[in-house]
Formats: sequence, C-alpha cells, structure tokens
Amino acid sequence: MNTRRIALGGIALAGLVAFAASATLSGAAEYKVEDEAIKASLTGKAGDAGNGKKVFLNRKKGNCLACHVVASLKDQPFHGQVGPPLDGTASRWKEGELRLRIVNSKIVNKDTIMPAFHRAEGLHRVLKKFKGKTVLSAQEVEDVLAYVMTMKE
Amino acid sequence: MKRKALVLAGVGAAALAVPSVMTFAAEDFGKYQVGDTRSGYTFAKVETRAIQDDDFENPGMLWVEHGEEVWETVDGKAGKSCKSCHADASDTMKNVGSTYPVFAKDIGKLENVENRINRCRTDNMKAKPWKYDSRDMLGVVSYVKRQSFGQPMNVKIDGGAASWFKKGEEFYNQRRGQLDMACKHCHVDNAGNMIRANTLSQGQGNGFPTYRLKWQKPGSLHRRFRGCNKQVRAKPYKTGTDEYLALELYVMWRGQGLPVETPAVRN
Ligand code: HEC
Ligand code: HEC
Ligand code: HEC
Repeated sequence: MNTRRIALGGIALAGLVAFAASATLSGAAEYKVEDEAIKASLTGKAGDAGNGKKVFLNRKKGNCLACHVVASLKDQPFHGQVGPPLDGTASRWKEGELRLRIVNSKIVNKDTIMPAFHRAEGLHRVLKKFKGKTVLSAQEVEDVLAYVMTMKE
Repeated sequence: MKRKALVLAGVGAAALAVPSVMTFAAEDFGKYQVGDTRSGYTFAKVETRAIQDDDFENPGMLWVEHGEEVWETVDGKAGKSCKSCHADASDTMKNVGSTYPVFAKDIGKLENVENRINRCRTDNMKAKPWKYDSRDMLGVVSYVKRQSFGQPMNVKIDGGAASWFKKGEEFYNQRRGQLDMACKHCHVDNAGNMIRANTLSQGQGNGFPTYRLKWQKPGSLHRRFRGCNKQVRAKPYKTGTDEYLALELYVMWRGQGLPVETPAVRN
C-alpha cells in the first residue's frame, strides 16, 4: 500500500514538472494562420467582453489607448495617435483577422510598431521579469477580442 | 560682457512687445529646426520652453553653476583641479559639447564627455571616477557642454568613428524588449504623434544633460537610453558602455546642425 502511494506521488510530480517545462518553453498558445487570420479561439472558449475592456484599458496589460483613440472611451484620459482610431474596426475586419492583429500584427505588417500581444519567442533582450512570457495570456487575447468585436460602425 | 547683456535685454523687450506675433509664429522654430531635423524643444509645451529660455528660471542652470565650482576645486592625489590644466573653460572647452562623442586615438575607442572627464579624474588627477548621474558629474558635464551653447552639433562619423557609427545605427533600428520596438518606431516613424500623454519627439541628444520636470533633476543621455529601453521591457545597458557610446554617436549625428541647448528642460 505504502509503496504504491509513493509511486503514484512520483508520477504526479513528474507530470507537473513536465507541464511546467513545456509551458515556459513555448509561453504562447499554438495557433494556425490562414487567409491572414487566426480563425479559431486560442483557448477553445469564447471571450468575455467585460473583462476584455479591463485588459484593454490596463496600462500594464493591453494599454491599447496608448496608441489608439476610441470615441466611446472618451471618459478615459490620454488616447494616443500612433495607430488608427478603433471605432468601427469590427466592421472593417473579420473576427479572425482581428485576432491575428492582437496576437501578432507583424504577421501582416512586418514594420508595425504595434506589439505582438501573444508572442514569447524570437525577441531581443527582454527584461528578465518578462522573459518567456506573453504580454497577454491566450484567454486575455480572447477577452480583448470580444471587446473589440463590439466596436462596430 | 556689457554688450551681450544689452542685446539680450533688447530681445526680451521685443518679445514682450509682440506676444500675439509670437503665438502666430508658433510653427517657426528658428534655430531649433534645421531642415527636417527638430529639437525636442519644438515638441515641448510653450511653458516648458519658456522655463528653458530663461536662465534665471531654468533649474538646470543650478547644475551648471555647481559644475563651475567643481571645475575650480582641487581633488585627488595629484592636487589638481580641472582648472589647473584647462584654465578658462570658455576658451578650452568651447568645442567639446558640439563635437562629442569623438574617437580618441590614444585609447583606440569612442569617448563621450563623461568618460573623458573620468579619464582625467583617474589618470590626471589621481581621483576616483564619478558615477554618471552623480551631482558632480552632471554639474561638470553641464558646465563643459554649456561652453558650446548655441553651436551647431557637428560630430565626426568617419575614420575611427565609422565602425562605432555603424553599430549605433544598428542599435537604433533593432527591435528589442517584450514590446519589440526599436528607437526608430517611436522617434522616426511617429515623431509628432501622441503616445498616451506624451508627444513623441525625434529623440535628439543636443540638450543633455537635460533637466526633467518629472524628476526635478537633470539626467544624462545614457540614463534616458535606459529609460527608453525599459519602457519597451528591454534589458538596458549600463551607463558608459560601448553599446550606449555607439548609440550616442548615432543619436548626436541625427541632430547634426541643431544648436547645443544644455541644459534643456523637458517634462
Ligand atoms: C505602440 C502602439 C500600439 C499599441 C500599444 C496598440 N496598437 Fe493597435 N495598431 C497600432 C498601429 C500603428 C496600427 C496600424 C496598423 C499597423 O501598423 O499594422 C494598429 C492597428 C490596430 C488594429 C487594426 C485597426 C484598423 O481598423 O485597421 C486593431 C484592431 C488594433 N490595432 C487593436 C489594438 C489593441 C486591441 C491593442 C491593445 C491590446 C492595440 N491595438 C495596441 C499601434 C498600436
Ligand atoms: C593634470 C592635467 C589635467 C587635469 C587636472 C584635468 N585634465 Fe582634462 N585633459 C588633460 C589632457 C592632457 C587632455 C587631453 C588634451 C588633448 O588631447 O588635447 C584633457 C582633455 C580633456 C577634455 C577633452 C577636451 C577636448 O578638446 O577634446 C575634457 C572635456 C576634459 N579634459 C575635462 C576635464 C575635467 C572636467 C577635469 C576636472 C574634473 C579635467 N579635465 C582635469 C589634462 C587634465
Ligand atoms: C515606445 C516609444 C519609445 C521608444 C521605442 C523609444 N523612445 Fe525615446 N522617448 C520616448 C518618449 C515618450 C520620450 C519623451 C518625449 C519625447 O521627447 O519623445 C522619449 C525621449 C527620448 C529622448 C529625449 C529627447 C529630448 O529632447 O530630450 C531621447 C534622446 C530618446 N528618447 C532616445 C531614444 C533612443 C535612443 C531609443 C532607442 C534605444 C528610444 N528613445 C526608444 C519614447 C520612446
């Protein structure tokens, strides 16, 4: 009895370690790009627009207003002008196209200033604290996307 | 001396007499714009510019004055002051601010004013080197660069400096950090645009050490580089390293022709 329990404990532990290792190695969820879009949810789940709005505004997370004007958010101070206004963007782009832009805009415009919000590799001199980590988690991307999808003309 | 004071007073009176013309002429940045090259001054708020323009209000001038005192103070085992060897700074230092960093043949590498001063401290004065953003270093660098006030930036990028220039250019254009941006994404592609509450400038170096209202203190150009690296979540380099020296040369070259503004005031 005793030995069996120990053995099981060992397997569980090994499993956890392996999981942790793969999570730090890849950092970002896997996804498929087709027709300049990521058509499937990164998590298989739908996004929560309410939480998405919070992530969008949070200066340590999306901080999207640093570069974009959004007319419906005019109660928030300091909208930037580096990117285009996002009003009506969900009428211009399909959901999968917007997901791709949030995950990694460089796939469609390699010179863009817009950060890839869900990418952890191929980056130069990342501060230790952020190394191997994405700016937004896969679910946060889905949540922001759900919020951006409300920006219709 | 007297004549200069009179001329300055004249300019002051003229400015006072025609405030409306001043406002309308807001787009004419005079010597602060050379072709497409624009000093950070031209992107700063009018109130911030006014603080810089008035020597009595410009808080950076306190560091210039401190620097002048240090210039005359004996320090180190050799029993010398800067003045013992360099005499009158307005004469011996007058071209330093507009031409540095330079390739120093005797040490075979690029050198900026801070590193040159520390070399004088260790080798010539037998004194301890100063930290980059210490009060004495900021003071003496401000004082030395102030001797070139108004002179157009004119750095050399050929000869021994050429390979440093190339490295600086590469640094400038290389994406870095978790946010994966290069200097050029903000200071070339987006100069003039608001990012959050800040108007992005061309990121020129002609006013350093620059007094930052936010810090209530001047900062070195390398401190600014560190800040601009960290805000894109990139690992900064230490002040005075070869990487930042090369970057300094490239940044100063981008500002060729702009007047030395030390001490500039920014927010
Ligand atoms: C550093 C500036 C910057 C930040 C921060 C930024 N963007 Fe962008 N964004 C841009 C730029 C510039 C473009 C224009 C297209 C390009 O450069 O590829 C853009 C384009 C877009 C577009 C396409 C707009 C259209 O209608 O064509 C969307 C959608 C978008 N961004 C969403 C976001 C979201 C959501 C965030 C926050 C998670 C964000 N952006 C953060 C700079 C930024
Ligand atoms: C014992 C003499 C001595 C002392 C003391 C000394 N220096 Fe120097 N300094 C030199 C010499 C020699 C050079 C090199 C001159 C040359 O290359 O033409 C030099 C060069 C410089 C330069 C570069 C000038 C140029 O035209 O490129 C600066 C700036 C400078 N010193 C600043 C200082 C400061 C500030 C101090 C005091 C903290 C100081 N020095 C103390 C001897 C001294
Ligand atoms: C995310 C945008 C961003 C990036 C990338 C960036 N900076 Fe800046 N930088 C700023 C902001 C904002 C300021 C303050 C406002 C201004 O002068 O642009 C600033 C200011 C400066 C200044 C001071 C300008 C002055 O007139 O006093 C210099 C110099 C500078 N940056 C150099 C650099 C260099 C070199 C790099 C690359 C290592 C860099 N910056 C990368 C945003 C950025």
